[in-house]
Amino acid sequence: MTAAICVSGLRVTLDAAPFDIVDEVSFEMEAGEVVGLVGESGSGKTTVGLALLGHCRRGARIAQGSVRIDGEDLLRLSPGALRAKRGMIVAYVPQDPGTALNPALRVGEQIEEMLLVHLPRLDAAARRERMAEMLADVKLPPGAGTLRRYPHQLSGGQQQRIALAMAFACRPRLIVLDEPTTGLDVTTQAHVLETVRGLCAQHGVAALYVSHDLAVVAGLAHRVAVMYAGRIVEFGAAEKIFRQPRHPYTQRLLRAVPDPAGRHGIAGIAGHAPAPSARPPGCAFAPRCTLADDRCRHSFPPVTEPAPGQQVRCWHAGDAVAAVAEPARTAAASGPPLVAISHLVASYGPQRVLHDIGLDIAQGECVALVGESGSGKTTLARCIAGLHAQHAPPVQMRGRALAPSVRARHQADRRAIQYVFQNPYASLNPRRTIGESVARPLHVFFDLSAPEMRHRVGASLERVALSPSMAIRYPDQLSGGERQRVAVARALAAEPELLVCDEITSALDVSVQAAIIELLITLRREMGLAMLFVTHNLPLIRTIADRVAVMSAGRIVELGDTAAVFDAPQADYTRELLANTPEFAFAAEAVA
Amino acid sequence: MNLLRRTLGYGRARIGFVIIAVIVAMAVVGPWLAPHSPTQFVGAPYGAPTAKAWFGTDGLGRDVLTRFLWGGRSVLALSLGATVLGLGAGVIIGLAAAYARGWLDEVLMRLTDVALAFPQIVLVLLLVSTLGPQLWLIVLTVGLAHAPRVARVTRAAALEVVERDFIKSATALGESTWHILGAELLPNISSPLLVEFGLRLTYSIGIIAAVGFMGFGLQPPAADWGLMINENRIGLTIQPWPVLLPVIAIGLLTVGMNLFTDGIARASIGIDRGMER
Repeated sequence: MTAAICVSGLRVTLDAAPFDIVDEVSFEMEAGEVVGLVGESGSGKTTVGLALLGHCRRGARIAQGSVRIDGEDLLRLSPGALRAKRGMIVAYVPQDPGTALNPALRVGEQIEEMLLVHLPRLDAAARRERMAEMLADVKLPPGAGTLRRYPHQLSGGQQQRIALAMAFACRPRLIVLDEPTTGLDVTTQAHVLETVRGLCAQHGVAALYVSHDLAVVAGLAHRVAVMYAGRIVEFGAAEKIFRQPRHPYTQRLLRAVPDPAGRHGIAGIAGHAPAPSARPPGCAFAPRCTLADDRCRHSFPPVTEPAPGQQVRCWHAGDAVAAVAEPARTAAASGPPLVAISHLVASYGPQRVLHDIGLDIAQGECVALVGESGSGKTTLARCIAGLHAQHAPPVQMRGRALAPSVRARHQADRRAIQYVFQNPYASLNPRRTIGESVARPLHVFFDLSAPEMRHRVGASLERVALSPSMAIRYPDQLSGGERQRVAVARALAAEPELLVCDEITSALDVSVQAAIIELLITLRREMGLAMLFVTHNLPLIRTIADRVAVMSAGRIVELGDTAAVFDAPQADYTRELLANTPEFAFAAEAVA
Repeated sequence: MNLLRRTLGYGRARIGFVIIAVIVAMAVVGPWLAPHSPTQFVGAPYGAPTAKAWFGTDGLGRDVLTRFLWGGRSVLALSLGATVLGLGAGVIIGLAAAYARGWLDEVLMRLTDVALAFPQIVLVLLLVSTLGPQLWLIVLTVGLAHAPRVARVTRAAALEVVERDFIKSATALGESTWHILGAELLPNISSPLLVEFGLRLTYSIGIIAAVGFMGFGLQPPAADWGLMINENRIGLTIQPWPVLLPVIAIGLLTVGMNLFTDGIARASIGIDRGMER
């Protein structure tokens, strides 16, 4: 049996340095099959996706290997021949359709352009018919209305559908989808995934779905390849991989994913993946692996096949990783509210964005604020922190009204509420060392001597599981997860009573996200901290929050205990959100 | 220091650096090396080069080389002073506009628009010719003529940084406005400002030399490059050196400054990208 698509021995190297980004990548795909390629940032998954199109980023090149589609090796083709194949035989759907579509052309013109190139024999009437068909394929309203629009007049989901329509237009043999739903809301994501699944089955197109989101891949892919540090470490049927993961990395990765049903807690993976230049001689995962022994550290593990169709690259394939003790959750504290909001209204200029918001946060309580983008959750968090002054009536803290603007607030009030920002790449001053950044709140709020200050900075870093020796480093020398820890350390240095976390894990990999959440749970228990946890990630809430407020279009549509909201949602909107959240159908059993 | 090392990695920047270093060194230590006094008559007017006066004599019979070696200090010092002043004022205006936004931004930017409508040299000449040729006035007016241009560049660079979360984070801590402008914002726009400094210095040298040439700078018998060109241009056909030497020096300094600034600009693009990922 020969597979429709056969990738073997793929190796991509850097031009400038003798490091390979990706090596020994081999797998096969059947027609109509969806293969998920999962991995964390820097694992080389996008590089593999692009290599399947015979393409590489600037500064890298495909050094070895073959990509055979129906027996023809794409990598042996001349640039001209390869160009003709792209779009016809292989197609690509990028991560961000907003940058992939030409903003100056109507989407109709862009689709037509592609038909003109690949199917020049169609006449104008046939092209119009074909375009209408394509729109119907991706479930966009037919007719000229959509085609006459410019990309910016379409929503993110619609843009992604146009990109899908263009990719499927010539009925290629293989489609590479590079995290196509990362920027989308869960509801839109669910619709787009449904479309992809339907089109692949209907037209017998093989799809490589590149993603960091295990839950999405679990629901979509027939087979899954897990990548780590440029190698495929595990490959097999999706059900096998998620039910019986053999590689320790896969096992740990699954544990890092929060479960919307709340059947298990989450555990992160310490450390981070090595850069191509710093990979160890043996197994690349050995430094982070609890099962690692001398053999793992010194010799590179071969691929074994513990079960038919399941390939694993590990000396300890099949050994179960010891369960990690879950940090105990604190019971929800009750008592007088620390922060109280009632009938709050906020606007941006003349436009009202929050309507009649009522929310209390008790001392030591963690309240989650969920909603899709544009629901007003970040604005509400900023009103509380005084970063969005255009709101009324004032937020109450311990029965006292807080000034709308943080500048007008008392020092003690400013200290009591600390804010951690979404993007750790933007929230630390790049020209300042980590130590200096963490020291700022100490300077502002406390009167300390220099040695005391150094001691407190070190203690703050240790509290978030960072070494105090990191204080002299600059943000660009840190990974995303480490940066976010620094941001948390800086907020905690002020010794706040309420920590406002604005989507603080959305820019991070799942294993890092899990580690940050573990940290927050521990800190909450130790410091008796109240938290407002803003997120669009529903499963995450289950692991951390006592209560949930669901927001939609500037209103709180549902507010209640986490378990109650998840198990018996009252509002239609909550039900819809939950229904669209991709669930790990079989992951829970594997981990339990 | 990293920036300087990377800048000098460019061949053009190294050439620029050498040119600047040679001319600045000459202007600074020149007076001690000069063979004569700048006001001493050493021969006949417009005398040809001799062993005693290597580049001949000027229209009054003074040694050209000596006057050239003395005449660089004033141009360089006045230019530097004007540039520092202009950059300082411009940066403060630009930062304030970018951080405050709203009406303050509007008012400041419309005022700079008005100032930008005047060519720099016209503005300087207008003030100097009405208030008299005072050195401090030249520095002040050249500096202030730079300020609106620097303010524009500063504001443009700062606008992007102001939106980033670390500025909001500092605001949430209740840091003072001065701290936010000086310690959070300013270091993050230092590379474009460094480039701007080099560029403005080049313009300053040109304007100050021009002002000297038109007789509003240092007054005779002082030795000054701009003044030398003016005093001796009548004799250009008989004895070109008293005009040529300062012209070559000013020209080379401008070219060197431009090459070096260009190197900074190229080096800092890489650095800023690295900082931001």
